[in-house]
Amino acid sequence: MDVNEIIELSAAAAIAAIERGDLDAAELFSAYRLRAEADELNAFTWVAEHLPADMHADGPLRGVPLAVKDLFCTAGIPSQSGSKILEGYLPPYTATSVARLQDAGAAVLGKTNQDEFAMGSSNENSAYGPVLNPWDRGRVPGGSSGGSAAAVAAGLAPWALGTDTGGSIRQPAALCGIVGLKPTYGTVSRYGMIAFASSLDQAGPLTRDVTDAALLYRHMVGTDPNDATAVGHREEIRLPTAERLDGLRLGVPTELTTGEGLEPGVMAAFEATLATARGLGATIEECSLHSAPHALSAYYVIAPAEASSNLARFDGVRYGLRAPADDLVSLYTNTRHDGFGAEVKRRILIGTYALSSGYYDAYYGRAQKVRTLIAREFASVFERCDFVVTPTSPGVAFELGAKTADPLAMYLNDSFTVPMSLAGIPAISIPCGLSDGLPVGLQLAGPAFSENRMLDAAHALEQAIGFDGSPARTPTGAAS
Amino acid sequence: MSEVRYEPVIGLEIHVQLRTRTKMFCSCPLSFGEPPNTHTCPVCLGLPGTLPVANAEAIHYGLMIGLAVGSELAPRSIFHRKNYFYPDLPKGYQISQYDEPLCSGGRLADVRIHRVHLEEDAAKLTHVGASGRIHGSDASVVDFNRGGTPLAEIVTEPDVRSAEQASEWLRLLRTTLRQLGVSDVNMEEGSLRCDANISIRPVGTTELGTKTELKNMNSFRFIERGIRAEVARQEALLRAGGTVTQETLHFDPRTEAITSLRSKEEAHDYRYFPEPDLPPVLITNEMLDRARTAMPELPAAREARFASVLGLNVESARLLSWRAELGDYFEAALDAGAAMQPPVEAQPLANWISELSARYDGDDPADSNVTPQALATLVQLVGSKKLTQGGAKQVLDRLVAEGGDPAAIVASEGLSAVGGADELAPVVRAALEANPDVAEKLRGGDMKPIGVIVGYVMKATRGRADGGEVTAIVRAELGL
Repeated sequence: MDVNEIIELSAAAAIAAIERGDLDAAELFSAYRLRAEADELNAFTWVAEHLPADMHADGPLRGVPLAVKDLFCTAGIPSQSGSKILEGYLPPYTATSVARLQDAGAAVLGKTNQDEFAMGSSNENSAYGPVLNPWDRGRVPGGSSGGSAAAVAAGLAPWALGTDTGGSIRQPAALCGIVGLKPTYGTVSRYGMIAFASSLDQAGPLTRDVTDAALLYRHMVGTDPNDATAVGHREEIRLPTAERLDGLRLGVPTELTTGEGLEPGVMAAFEATLATARGLGATIEECSLHSAPHALSAYYVIAPAEASSNLARFDGVRYGLRAPADDLVSLYTNTRHDGFGAEVKRRILIGTYALSSGYYDAYYGRAQKVRTLIAREFASVFERCDFVVTPTSPGVAFELGAKTADPLAMYLNDSFTVPMSLAGIPAISIPCGLSDGLPVGLQLAGPAFSENRMLDAAHALEQAIGFDGSPARTPTGAAS
Repeated sequence: MSEVRYEPVIGLEIHVQLRTRTKMFCSCPLSFGEPPNTHTCPVCLGLPGTLPVANAEAIHYGLMIGLAVGSELAPRSIFHRKNYFYPDLPKGYQISQYDEPLCSGGRLADVRIHRVHLEEDAAKLTHVGASGRIHGSDASVVDFNRGGTPLAEIVTEPDVRSAEQASEWLRLLRTTLRQLGVSDVNMEEGSLRCDANISIRPVGTTELGTKTELKNMNSFRFIERGIRAEVARQEALLRAGGTVTQETLHFDPRTEAITSLRSKEEAHDYRYFPEPDLPPVLITNEMLDRARTAMPELPAAREARFASVLGLNVESARLLSWRAELGDYFEAALDAGAAMQPPVEAQPLANWISELSARYDGDDPADSNVTPQALATLVQLVGSKKLTQGGAKQVLDRLVAEGGDPAAIVASEGLSAVGGADELAPVVRAALEANPDVAEKLRGGDMKPIGVIVGYVMKATRGRADGGEVTAIVRAELGL
């Protein structure tokens, strides 16, 4: 097979080609390795020099290369979480989810760029520079898993691992025209993921299609003796086959299909997709998530609160950056002053404030109540509907620098994805069309542990939509 | 006008290192003096991406402690993060329990228990240089072997009213914990550490005064001296018209000096919040059954048994049960004496253990030169009138100094009791002749000066005569 044919294969198709003997794992790895090394999008922070010697080529993933978000610890491979404070940090161990995929035969191709400590929606908060969107290099790929999304969309990797805290898989998947799955909280081990917000962080796949998402996720789930919050999945994850949506009820929450910053082009693509869903036999009904408008506020208390504590370990004592200092307090302040970027500092300050004595009840305590309400409202909607559908992001990929001066405008990018994160439920973003030549994402969210049904529904829609992601893989990458 | 009298009001906080196989939140074995930083792993070093997993054995031990002090055991308790920066705290927070602890309430003897909760120990800091404290040291080094050792923190109500009571009660607590087998309870090695919250108030009032916290006293003697010194300091302050400032204090046992570590204004805001990496601790019936089954006889039960079954008086029963090593020695000697003719009686044996304890410097008489068998023999000799109290004390002095067999010492030193009118009557007559004025008074019915005669006889027989018998012979000689 020539390189262009190889690059057009989905991961599942590449595995099939290897099993048929039409493709060799080394050939596949080499094709992607050369593309990743020639990366012009700044999607990678590290690229493997050769096929891993200890690869499990007999495993079900057959040596298919995997791009891994920088914040996953990989033994002996730089794992910097997009931060200067971890520049050159080489962990002594590998994250459970990555190790599981390696055991299943995945070959780590490279580490992908991200917003620092996964804090951001545009990948402009990386200490290693912004990632460019392959659909338009003047625009952001979304974040925080922007490197993973851009790499998959541009054909620099067949698939990638990301993490989602408030939308960090789904939003960049939407902005790059690929599939991103945020699984039910707790189904994938968090051990080895450099933490942002522990009660929200969840690893998931970024892939070219829904089948690949199911395939990658299937090999990630499971309990873990190193993660007390990892409960695994109740069902074995199946590869989706559905072509129809007959009998399915899709709820459209009014609160998440209106509001500030929702672009008409996005709304048009969303409504067209609802029509497609009806054509596949689904019924569409309005539903309500009353507390959803407060989700973003609650999220921006809870996530920074946890982050302020999670990031305390970066103190210059044991690893990472250590700034020159004459005494203990200056060691802490100089190291953290020099090592953290502006957005990380902002969230540490917000989180520290929210947990402070005298403010805890008004901020953290109240945010947790909102979180409980949102989870209850989802549960009540799921008594009537199988899934909730929304646009993944209120807008398409925006221009680099457009929102960096306005953190609140940046935070609004997550307003449709954050409620599901707070509720701990699974959600998937699939490309559903273009607006001004840029991809629009559709988000499907279901009850906890509904991944199999959700992947089936997403697969049926994907088939009917017939989205063409190839413009992002063209050498110039410019589609508009 | 009489001067105001003050009473101390003292609450204790005790940290107990639990003797589990592994650390509180990782699988590193506990450390007992191994080379620095050899019992560490990514988790207890706080490396990025690592997560805690609670030690089931530590929870089991916590339940046993709760059962021992009659706490209410929470069916559901949670861990919190206590956030502060210090080099001995690798994550920048300590995982502890806050408002939902494992055990609440309870009582041990005359002191009520407020709560018992689980947490992790900090690492060990060593400051190189003149000051020995972190400020002004040339360098500080951290040994993470201790970091993450499971701790139970036991907090009392402010029921302690004196330094002596504090140290006596702590001995009881230590005995209880040792009986439970949950800790080495060695104060010098730091497996039992005590802080005291101290305030004083005028006797008869109920309002609490401003308290100070005296930190980390590492022996019963230092605790007693530290509390006494702090109570005296507070009393002097109030008598001089001053006020007590709420602060954390350090007691230097070498100089008896009390210095301030930090004031209330400098107190940390620990920003406690629920640990999102750990699910709640749920106590099942199986866990409770296992803890109940593992409970040994505790001091309170032993005290009751000593009093009711063996007929010991209140003081002896308490001494021999609160100090388990004395109780164990007592029971061993009682066993050895059971076969003797006549058998050794419990109360005299208990009295002689007090005598032994007063003569021996160590905590445990089993480590002395006096075997339980030897002490039982000694008590039996006294009981069968073959040895007087005075003679027995001389034998005991010899036993403590060099060990050996009491009967052999009695024989070689000629200490056997002088008894019977045949032997004693001539000595009594000599005594009366030597003290004619005393004899005259005795004849006249004034028995007060009989001590002079008894003293003469004792001196003449080197204490081998029985005082009661001497008195009887005096009466017979004088025809009274």
